[in-house]
Amino acid sequence: MKNKIRVLIAKPGLDGHDRGAKVVAKALRDAGMEVIYTGLRQTPEQIVKTAIQEDVDLIGLSILSGAHMNICPKLLELMKENDIENIPVFVGGIVPPDDAEELKRMGIKEVFGPGTPLSTIVEKIRQLFSEVES
Amino acid sequence: MKDLLEKMQNGDIKSLAKLITYLENHPEDRFVENLPSKGAKVIGFTGSPGAGKSTLVNAVISQLRRENRTVGVIAIDPTSPFTGGSFLGDRIRMKTHFLDDGVFIRSMGSGTSLGGLNESVFDVIKLMDAFGFDYILIETVGAGQSEVDIVYVSDIVVLILSPGMGDDIQFLKSGIMEIGDIYVINKSDLDGADFYKMRLESMLSLSNVKKPIVKTIATSGVGVEELIFNIKKLLSKFHNNGEIRKRKERRLKKHAESILIKRIQKSLEKISEFDKLSNVISKVINDICKNN
Repeated sequence: MKNKIRVLIAKPGLDGHDRGAKVVAKALRDAGMEVIYTGLRQTPEQIVKTAIQEDVDLIGLSILSGAHMNICPKLLELMKENDIENIPVFVGGIVPPDDAEELKRMGIKEVFGPGTPLSTIVEKIRQLFSEVES
Repeated sequence: MKDLLEKMQNGDIKSLAKLITYLENHPEDRFVENLPSKGAKVIGFTGSPGAGKSTLVNAVISQLRRENRTVGVIAIDPTSPFTGGSFLGDRIRMKTHFLDDGVFIRSMGSGTSLGGLNESVFDVIKLMDAFGFDYILIETVGAGQSEVDIVYVSDIVVLILSPGMGDDIQFLKSGIMEIGDIYVINKSDLDGADFYKMRLESMLSLSNVKKPIVKTIATSGVGVEELIFNIKKLLSKFHNNGEIRKRKERRLKKHAESILIKRIQKSLEKISEFDKLSNVISKVINDICKNN
């Protein structure tokens, strides 16, 4: 039995707007989760290594730069190479609806756009966690 | 489980990470006791929030890596006593080492412990020692005055201060000021660093043991070589005069104490009727004897 959800919140890409990532990280913290926050400008390689060392249950990416269609496939591929593709990945940020669909087809579990209530995010993450656990 | 252990001992990072999670969730499982020690040096870093602990640990990793030493880091941040959640943000200062296979960083919430560490840290150290890191660096939560548990798990404690943290009266207070084997004045490019050092020197001189004070600027690495020089010097001194052995015994005693306290709490929770204090106590003792 695991008693705590461990989530990695990372911000890949080159833009410097990390407020969203921080708001989500704080919401997850307040929901009783352990949030490993690695902040700005993370490469997919760094995210994968961190996820392995920290043995996280989920990975959350904040992307506002528009680079999601480059970063996400790269990350998913690296996760597969490292045999951690079972860890659910969710994305938050500015992602056009068509891209969001495409990302989900690739294997991203959820895309949270602007204005998503924090309670929705928390709920969804709990749900993703229990799916993996069972 | 057995499989994980075997892989871990063959150098598999993922298995090490999984076993740490397992230990955090199963403190009662004592499998770590049978693991062989490979003689890792355990260095504790403590100090106030914002003193620069993570940044200094980062700089220390860089230096140790230049010397080809492998490093395991346990970085602890507070767990909320209200929600149980935590924001683990020490790792963010250590980005330069994320891709280095000779460095393993693990963040941990402090859990219910109030001493600045997480209770499972004793076991995680054993695990990381068996994995084979040359150095294990432990960073406590931002510590105030009384979080001194780091002293029970480390071979050497580095206490990190920075200028402007108060006058010499603060240096005379019990608790955290007593546990440093090495004192670091970080952010020593700030105004008042020399004066701060002078006051620290004069207060430390009131006791008979002479302790090193090192000025550092963690962000640029200034002073870190000197810090590591002092750590090594002290380690060999402690090896020769038996201090390390004494500290390991103290660690074992404290670990036993922490397990026993948990055990007592568990028995206490089973009691439904609270009449007389002496009855409650004997019920707890009975329960412990019965279930051991």
